[in-house]
Amino acid sequence: MSTAIAAGDERLARSSTFVRVMRRPEIGALMGAIVVYVFFSAVDTTGTFVGLNGAARWTDVAATTGIVAVAVALLMIGGEFDLSAGVMVGTSGLFAGLLISEYNIPVWPAIALTFVFAACIGLLNGWLVVKTGLPSFIVTLAMFFSLRGVNLGVTKLLTDTVRVADIDEGEGFESARAVFAAELWQPYGFKVAVIWWVVLTVIATWVLTRTKFGNWIFAVGGDKLAARNTGVPVNRTKIVLFMYTSTSAALVGIISLMRLRSMQAGQGVGEEFVFIIAAVVGGCLLTGGYGSAIGASIGSAIIGMAFIGIAYAGWNTDWSWLFLGLILFVAVLTNSVIGKRFSGGRK
Amino acid sequence: MTIDNTAVDTAALRLDGVTMRFGSVIALSDVSMHVDPGTVTCVLGDNGAGKSTLIKILSGVYTPSDGNFLLEGNKANFSSPRDALDQGIATVFQDLATVPLMSVWRNFFLGNEPTKGVFPFRRLNTKYAKDSCKTELMDMGIDIRDPDQAVGTLSGGERQAVAIARAVHFGAKVLILDEPTSALGVKQSGVVLKYVLQAKERGVAVVFITHNPHHAFLVGDRFFLLNRGKMIAQYERADVSREELVRAMAGGAELDALAHEIETLTTD
Repeated sequence: MSTAIAAGDERLARSSTFVRVMRRPEIGALMGAIVVYVFFSAVDTTGTFVGLNGAARWTDVAATTGIVAVAVALLMIGGEFDLSAGVMVGTSGLFAGLLISEYNIPVWPAIALTFVFAACIGLLNGWLVVKTGLPSFIVTLAMFFSLRGVNLGVTKLLTDTVRVADIDEGEGFESARAVFAAELWQPYGFKVAVIWWVVLTVIATWVLTRTKFGNWIFAVGGDKLAARNTGVPVNRTKIVLFMYTSTSAALVGIISLMRLRSMQAGQGVGEEFVFIIAAVVGGCLLTGGYGSAIGASIGSAIIGMAFIGIAYAGWNTDWSWLFLGLILFVAVLTNSVIGKRFSGGRK
Repeated sequence: MTIDNTAVDTAALRLDGVTMRFGSVIALSDVSMHVDPGTVTCVLGDNGAGKSTLIKILSGVYTPSDGNFLLEGNKANFSSPRDALDQGIATVFQDLATVPLMSVWRNFFLGNEPTKGVFPFRRLNTKYAKDSCKTELMDMGIDIRDPDQAVGTLSGGERQAVAIARAVHFGAKVLILDEPTSALGVKQSGVVLKYVLQAKERGVAVVFITHNPHHAFLVGDRFFLLNRGKMIAQYERADVSREELVRAMAGGAELDALAHEIETLTTD
């Protein structure tokens, strides 16, 4: 050991700022975001992608993806998946919408009840995962299909249609709309969701990297048994992460409800993989224990730029799914190469 | 061979006629042992001797079916490993001690993170954590290059050393080491044994569980031999040579028979 000291110091000196930056989990996503931005600026046919008008559009997509993707990233770092995060967007929007339109509950109490309801779904997901020991992939897949059925069934039962409407007749709608769906900085029309997204990303990053709970997230995802042996409350940590994921999906559900003044029963289905893609592009390992919240946000920005950029390029928007697939593959490959070259600590 | 088990009251930890049954299986039968502060007590046993069961009783995973488990003279009352940890019994498991993807300092303070500020702005005191992790490891003679590097980049011996230093730092009175050298090469084993002695010099009661009598003999003050769930022998260091320990461990006559058998095989 003592003979290694001299060699060790040399190695420390070589670990320059450049290597430190390259070691960050979100570096691949950041480079990808720059490439994607330059690419869509070049193929843009409308001349608005680069400017603030374009930014207002793609940040909107990025925000509604990113709010949930950041939560999904923390959950993935904690070693679990939530495939019900997409459908939860629809479920919570419908839940709030039905409370307002069918039961005449004022908008603000309905929103509060929706968050409580969403937290309970997250609690159920987490509780089932830690108690049964089944993979969260299966537990939340079951939750996904159950909620998908419930969304359609209950909506049809109560409204005889597959959508919930007339939300704007609810008491307090205008003030709620100002908080969740306002447009800022005219004439560009940035959505207020962008502020929610940025603030939640900053808080999630701080919690993950600077608090005791964040340390526990890395530990339970990195090695559950080692974490338990050192006294980390593994089950509680995982359950809280499931609850955070479902409530962040509820926030996006309420944002859509306030924005559209109605909700389709099929809303959100399919989004769960977009969240996971954003998290993985942002540097999260599928095996847990590694990743970043800000990376998931950058991943969401890439997805936002791709969706809007393809439309602005004048291409058929059906191509966005192909693009998403390519981004996922290239990003994971890049992360893996960077990880091997610069860290050595990743297994 | 006989050690008076009753007169000593200074023992950090004492098992008195402990039996552990799982249904009809008797994993441990009437096991008595004691561990003094500032000593290394080795528990030697081959596969299936009951070492794992013993570790799990000491670390609070199992409660014994029969017999007494005394901690500093009082009856131990654990319902979980966390309880045992809170009462000063730290266990370093062979492979399950550290999280490879996390940095050294994050691992070092895992479960005992130092914080500053008031809720909701309470946060990790990262500067204090990194500095004290580095000095604490240095005091134990472990020179890590950078507390920010991932534990996965350390060698197996260094990883065990970090786990041992962590237990000592957080005031473990009893340190239980589960086969800390079994997966390591000769040099790395030496590194770990050095930290075992460091922990002992700090007054920690070390329980060193191993199947390797050579490693045990290098650091042990007292040896307990476990075989088929029973404590079959005890030695004080002064009363035993390494050869005797190896022979006893291998079952004496059994080893002779085995040696003879191999000899006949090779001469054929």
